[in-house]
Amino acid sequence: MKELSLNVLDLAQNALSAGARHIEIAIEESEADDRLSLRIADDGSGMDPDFLAGVTDPFVTTRTTRPVGMGIPLIKMAAEMAEGDFRIRSQKGEGTELTATFRRSHMDRMPVGDMAGTLAALVQGAPDVDYIYKRTTDCGSFTFDTALIRKELEGVPLGEPAVLNWIREYIVSGEAEVMAENM
Amino acid sequence: MKTLEDLKKIREEMQSQINLRTDESDVTRIVVGMATCGIAAGARPVLEALVNEVGSRKLQNVVVTQTGCIGVCRLEPIVEVYEKGQEKVTYVQMDPDKARKLVSEHLVNGRVVQAWTIGAAE
Repeated sequence: MKELSLNVLDLAQNALSAGARHIEIAIEESEADDRLSLRIADDGSGMDPDFLAGVTDPFVTTRTTRPVGMGIPLIKMAAEMAEGDFRIRSQKGEGTELTATFRRSHMDRMPVGDMAGTLAALVQGAPDVDYIYKRTTDCGSFTFDTALIRKELEGVPLGEPAVLNWIREYIVSGEAEVMAENM
Repeated sequence: MKTLEDLKKIREEMQSQINLRTDESDVTRIVVGMATCGIAAGARPVLEALVNEVGSRKLQNVVVTQTGCIGVCRLEPIVEVYEKGQEKVTYVQMDPDKARKLVSEHLVNGRVVQAWTIGAAE
């Protein structure tokens, strides 16, 4: 993957496949602490301990087209390459939470990339699921919450192109507000 | 800065035209492969281009949806078109430009772009 936002899209697809109705995505970065962390939590079906134990192994997967799954191994590798780590917790019937951390200034730390595009793609694919995306920096934080948008739209589907474009622009401008360059 | 206020305008606009969609059985489905392989190969901008092109042309009987791995990872991004009464067409190694042209050629003009199909690639 070229940017973290693509890993996020991929990992959130796992959550959707697990039947999640709520997905929380949080990216926190601190220049002062030189850390960047990514957390994705869902209320999907979760994994049993046996499956969970092997989940960072590329040869453990639920995909049926071939016996290899790269989603989790890729994010784990990305974190470890940048002096970070990867953790995953899951409870059958409860959901899954995964966290990847990175040394922010590490040469191999992938850029966060187009989170607006990722959120728009997720909403397009599963418009009835609630997504909360929170971006925190040393300058403050920005939260995108589909529950608020749904209320405002009064039944107009979130997957409509005009709504998706609004979502994209809303996130881009919201993120820009908390980026250091603007301070 | 976009605000929730802007959503109100979208809502009002959409509410006036929301029931125009035709009979579900006539709907053409464009399906984008969005598994790890597709995403890594550039499926997200392809999806975005398709949604925008279908939206800006106001094609009421076309829906864009996502699926998992289609099974030919090396030819991703893959886009499938399911049209009523037609055989499924599988487009491979797509990019946003090709995606937009796919909408105008295949869905508006009714001409399959043979050069980008899996048959031409294999």
